[in-house]
Amino acid sequence: MAPSDTHRAIHAIFRLDSARLIAGLTRIVRDVGIAEELAQDALVAALEQWPQSGVPDNPGAWLMACAKNRAINAWRRAKMLERKHGELAREADARADRAAVALEDAIDDDIGDDLLRLVFTACHPVLSTEARVALTLRLVAGLTTEEIARAFLVPEPTIAQRIVRAKRTLAEQKVPFEVPRGEELGQRLESVGSVIYLVFNEGYSATAGDDVMRPALCEDALRLGRILAGLVPREPEVHGLVALMELNASRSAARTTPSGDPVLLPDQNRGLWDWVQIERGLAALARAEALGSAGGPYFLQASIAACHARARAPGDTDWARIASLYGELAALTPSPVVELNRAVAVSMAEGPEAGLALIDGLKEEPLLKSYHLLPSARADLLARLGRMREASAEFERAASLARNVRQRERLLERAAACAEAARASR
Amino acid sequence: MKFLMTYVQSTKAPPTPERLAALGKFSQEMAASGVLLMTGGLQRPTKGTQLKLAGGKFTATDGPFAETKELIDGFALVQTKSREEAIELARRFMTVAGDGEGEILQVYEPGGGLPK
Repeated sequence: MAPSDTHRAIHAIFRLDSARLIAGLTRIVRDVGIAEELAQDALVAALEQWPQSGVPDNPGAWLMACAKNRAINAWRRAKMLERKHGELAREADARADRAAVALEDAIDDDIGDDLLRLVFTACHPVLSTEARVALTLRLVAGLTTEEIARAFLVPEPTIAQRIVRAKRTLAEQKVPFEVPRGEELGQRLESVGSVIYLVFNEGYSATAGDDVMRPALCEDALRLGRILAGLVPREPEVHGLVALMELNASRSAARTTPSGDPVLLPDQNRGLWDWVQIERGLAALARAEALGSAGGPYFLQASIAACHARARAPGDTDWARIASLYGELAALTPSPVVELNRAVAVSMAEGPEAGLALIDGLKEEPLLKSYHLLPSARADLLARLGRMREASAEFERAASLARNVRQRERLLERAAACAEAARASR
Repeated sequence: MKFLMTYVQSTKAPPTPERLAALGKFSQEMAASGVLLMTGGLQRPTKGTQLKLAGGKFTATDGPFAETKELIDGFALVQTKSREEAIELARRFMTVAGDGEGEILQVYEPGGGLPK
């Protein structure tokens, strides 16, 4: 292999083990920043040695042992310095011994708990949402700052600085490296879940022509979600989140035409859906249900996505169930966008009049004033009722609110078609 | 990106209980690390059915060998960030599974997941 190939291979190996490595090291040194530096030192050592010696059978253990040696050496140096000062020598000795023991233990321990502690630390509420996202992708998903920057369309130094500040904040606020207990656990899991879901949606909203790192965020989020589900297997909402992401991601290939135009759900070629991923999503949803899901927001959204996934053809969709799930979701997290979706589902289940009545109730909603999907959904229903002139006007209004050029063109085409139909019927 | 990995062990003997236990543990770890999407065992390819379409004529020929009934080869569908990562996973798997041969094929995904 050429040196650059070897280095790429070593970086790939490191990525597979880095989260566990950093997690194990953080338990010992109690500082994610120092732990990450030690892990990076181990990577540098691997890049120097493995091209000659070959990749060890158990690279994770090799990297851990290497980082451990660096940590012990650092302690020895610190201890010698303290000896020179002639103070606290015995205390330092004891501390170094304890540290050495802890380091030995860390190699043999099951480090699943450490990984969970790392996840909670990276998503700690003392950090801003942006910082949580960057730190989680860096420490848990093993992305480089360059990859994170490209994915979020932000200059690399901005991300680097965000990560440095986040680590400093964690150290200054003395955030303990632990898994929260009791009531706090639920809130903190919510914070972790929202970071993962934010990463997923950032990738999901990527469009054709974007850097490949952007859609890859969906895969990063899925990987994080699956890891989290493995670490806290008894939490139904975590399985709900995984189900939601798997089910949404299963439609990726069908969501756009080869030229990048969006394809709406009813028009998608369901043969392009990833049925392995749908099975995974449905299985995660079933796990959430078996754990007695209390009907959290991810679980409800995943249940809605599952109704679509189970329908082999658009006509098979269980719209009544979708409408009732949107009702539950609206009660849990009231939002006019959820109400709008519920109205559309009701119109599919009970007919356009019922949907129109609900949508008309949303017309004064300030949050939907400039939301093109409100007039476009209304236009759709008016067209289904044969009220073509009104439908045409609503499609035009929707077009004037659409931000995307392609969307605007589509809406104007529909407006013209409705106007034409109105003229023809006169 | 997703990769399909296949593996055929070179030994003629069925795996020992120890090896099967080690393989089970390995699969569990891979699933917990979020990279494994699907895995399964395959009856020996020599027991498979060979398919051919030539000049519009379709033929299906059953594999000729019957004596390797208990032998199981494997496949896995994984999701990784690079081909190198997939290769490393395969290396780790084969270290546990024993001598054999395998292949890694990238799953084509329209509109994303293409290599850099």
